[in-house]
Amino acid sequence: MAHVTLIGNLRQYTGDVTEFEIDAGTIRQLLRKLGEKFPELAPHLEEGLAVAIDGQIYQDALLEPISPDSEVHILPQIAGG
Amino acid sequence: MAKHHVTTTVNGDPVEYLCESEQSLLDCLRDELDLIGAKEGCSSGDCGACSVLLDGRLVCSCLILGVEAEGKNVETIEGMAQGEELHPLQRKFLEHAALQCGICTPGVLVAAKALLAKNPDPTETQVRYWLAGNLCRCTGYDKIVRAVMDAAAEMRGA
Amino acid sequence: MQERVKKPQFDVVGTRPIRPDGVDKVTGRAKYGADLKMAGQLVGKVLRSPHAHARIKSIDISKALALAGVKAVVTAEDFPGQPSEFIPAGEGVVNYRDMSNNVMARDKVLYEGHAVAAVAALNEKTALAALDAIKVEYEVLPHVIDEMEAIKPGAPILHEDMITTGVTPAPTKASNISKRVEFNLGDITKGFAAADLVVEREFKTKAVHQGYIEPHACLASASEDGSAELWVTTQGHWVVRAYCAKLLGWDIGKIRVTSSEIGGGFGGKTVVYLEPLALALSKKSRRPVKMVMSREEVFKASGPTSGGTVKVKMGVKKDGTITAAEAEITLQAGAFQGSPVQPACMCAFANYDLENVKVVGFDVVSNRPKVAAYRAPGGPISTYGVESVVDEIAEKLGICPIELRLKNAAKEGTRAAYGPKFGPVGLVECLEAAKESDHWKAPVGPNQGRGLAAGFWFNIGGETTVSLQLNEDGTLTLMVGTPDIGGLRASLCMMAAEELKMDVSKIRPIIADTSSLGYNFLTGGSRATFSSGMATVEAARSIVKQACGRAAKLWDIPEEAVTFEDGMIRPAGENAGKHQPMHLSDIAKVAGKTGGAIVGYAAISAQGAAPSFGVHIADTEVDPGTGKVTVTRYTAIQDAGKAIHPSYVEGQYQGGAVQGIGWALNEEYIYGDDGKLQNAGFLDYRIPVASDLPMIDTIIVEVPNPRHPYGVRGIGETPIVPPMAAIGASVRRSSGVRFFELPMSPPKVLKAMKAAGKA
Repeated sequence: MAHVTLIGNLRQYTGDVTEFEIDAGTIRQLLRKLGEKFPELAPHLEEGLAVAIDGQIYQDALLEPISPDSEVHILPQIAGG
Repeated sequence: MAKHHVTTTVNGDPVEYLCESEQSLLDCLRDELDLIGAKEGCSSGDCGACSVLLDGRLVCSCLILGVEAEGKNVETIEGMAQGEELHPLQRKFLEHAALQCGICTPGVLVAAKALLAKNPDPTETQVRYWLAGNLCRCTGYDKIVRAVMDAAAEMRGA
Repeated sequence: MQERVKKPQFDVVGTRPIRPDGVDKVTGRAKYGADLKMAGQLVGKVLRSPHAHARIKSIDISKALALAGVKAVVTAEDFPGQPSEFIPAGEGVVNYRDMSNNVMARDKVLYEGHAVAAVAALNEKTALAALDAIKVEYEVLPHVIDEMEAIKPGAPILHEDMITTGVTPAPTKASNISKRVEFNLGDITKGFAAADLVVEREFKTKAVHQGYIEPHACLASASEDGSAELWVTTQGHWVVRAYCAKLLGWDIGKIRVTSSEIGGGFGGKTVVYLEPLALALSKKSRRPVKMVMSREEVFKASGPTSGGTVKVKMGVKKDGTITAAEAEITLQAGAFQGSPVQPACMCAFANYDLENVKVVGFDVVSNRPKVAAYRAPGGPISTYGVESVVDEIAEKLGICPIELRLKNAAKEGTRAAYGPKFGPVGLVECLEAAKESDHWKAPVGPNQGRGLAAGFWFNIGGETTVSLQLNEDGTLTLMVGTPDIGGLRASLCMMAAEELKMDVSKIRPIIADTSSLGYNFLTGGSRATFSSGMATVEAARSIVKQACGRAAKLWDIPEEAVTFEDGMIRPAGENAGKHQPMHLSDIAKVAGKTGGAIVGYAAISAQGAAPSFGVHIADTEVDPGTGKVTVTRYTAIQDAGKAIHPSYVEGQYQGGAVQGIGWALNEEYIYGDDGKLQNAGFLDYRIPVASDLPMIDTIIVEVPNPRHPYGVRGIGETPIVPPMAAIGASVRRSSGVRFFELPMSPPKVLKAMKAAGKA
């Protein structure tokens, strides 16, 4: 089970729960399971997020694998100038 | 009102163009003569991207009227290289990576050429003050100043 | 834990060849946004709001259309209305209703300079006459400019449907606060209780413009069958294509966008302003339409980045250990939501290894132009406050500013205040390099002061496509889709040359148009050398593989029995020595006879971007008679991962530092009580000129990014993050006064010095 932490404002859609364990093999699976667990969160998972797996930030990488013991953070998407 | 007929010399070539009274020399160069090397950054003489030499004097071509070029000698960036040989300033700008986006480069080169014609051995401070009318937003001027000093040294045979 | 890449030996990478696009740029031949002409082209001009805030009661274009030589007029009615929804696109998420209403005002104008109508005419004179002939009836509304005024109860409301998000329970009344964000780590109450010293300060920064010297410009040509061509100066032409298609309701595939040479962007050319108008005017007039902004339009209607208010509170133990850090960041978004408050919050304390952090941010709309990205968007603003407080702590505790930072510096394994743990990062290495630098060791000059600050930026990867064609004479053509603003083509050619063991001068790069290559996200987020470099290496390796395959066929041996080394293809293993080795160019010659052209293609979504930390040192001197601050010496130190072309890496450090110096000392948007911008020109909005500055020394630190084949990190944005605090710390020592507001311009410095009895 990956250990998942929600960063920033997403907690308002999860009843203030910010940390949980989720069994997911890829970022796509993780986001789908999160959406199922917290239906209010689901639409916001489509709004430009970044996912950090063991410290490395991924953007637009739905197929990126997640290891069973990974530390995962879901944070706002990062752009730049 | 009919357009004015202007006869002038640009980079050694005799040229003629028709222009409106209010048309700037910059617009005449770019729109009537298709010499796009001089750039328009502000149209108010503050950025120097349109720098050209008018009878050897450094000017912002956006502040000169097209009709004022009548009978004069205009030098633009397009006339700087001699044949296939780059001017030492052009070469040094490439070697020193003295440009990033390059939009200010034609104006800076024309201005630097005017400086070296007046003062072949400028100090760093003199280069900085002479080029103070040419804005560059990319480089922080460091490599531009170094390239000008290096070109000056080479041209002096130092 | 990932292993660091071992430092390989390079032949080309790390050298300083002449850039391939250089000659065109020193001879005036290079074509920028305003430099293309098409037969029959019209001149397009925009009618802009003279009011900061007003309701549009009516627009009458009939007199303009009746003028001889006027070929088309467009208003908001010519663009389909867009729903308000947040769609991932280009720069994070986009609200197309806002974007549409920004490029052409609908119902209300929200800032001076807001586009109201656009015309296309035979020439500029006629176009300007047509603007005069358009009658707009306005109902002028009260306006608000300052972000702290905009959040007060009773402030004029810009958007009647703006309900602050991020607050529970959701407010029931509209306000100018678009959203509230919050980031937490540990427990700050506990952290502050453990502190021996707490410093709490409030900082103000002003809106500043990216200040690219080339104004926005484009040339559009739409045809009767719905297809269109667009020539434009932009940081990302695929992004322009997507935005224009959406705003106009056209097919993406029918719009072909070519990026011109770009005369500076710094984040400001990542959005659209003129482009959809030019396309709409071209479609209506059935003629090409060229549009170029004036400098005044650039200032009033494009960019800038946010001004803001940053409150910082930090607690430390006597030994310098930071125990708690708190910040509240309120940023101007301009007329539509979307300031960089989120990254500002995430960057605020990224330099430090902290246990207890709380950062709250507010995104606030007011009657200013909508902000655009500017180099590390948000980072410089929050970092200015935090690094200034760290400097004050160093002063109060009597600890060297470098030692204080080393004690608390973020390093590999540090949990960033925004959640994840850092991989290998180079802040400690940069601080050590600062400590060892000639600059830091040199004595401070008389009447001068020295300041230092650190900075961070995330950097990103993203979608990139590169195509390499091995030509029949062994030369290479490189096609990439990320516009080259400061030496990208040079770096990419060097990486291809490194892989293929070629002479870099035999590689010719082009920036391909949107119909010639797969999708490329824009040049921004310090991603171009990282992402397009990764794709270039992948495409080059594909060429090697194909070339080895052809040799294997020619030699009738298995592909695995062929190696590529030093540019030569050789039989290996039991076949070694049995066939004459072939150069890559020998294979190129016979490619057509052995299966066709050899083309390496990589379409990737680059992942593995790594942050870059930097440390800047500034010396200043203050004229006590005028309050003018002069920077007398400056050093920018930064981790590049690996510098591909060191000259252009130095150039980024120098250019970013000088933009930061301008932000610190001179640049600001100045508004009158009428809500109008008072300094919309380069004379009054004063960016640094050559005579303002010393040489900018640079030190390139290289802590390789293990996720890039050559160890590259993004480097373009970090250099603008430390300067404001570095100069503030320096001015503190040269003037004796600590400043909490930017810019530290002569009148403000003189006033403060007088008040403190220092002038």
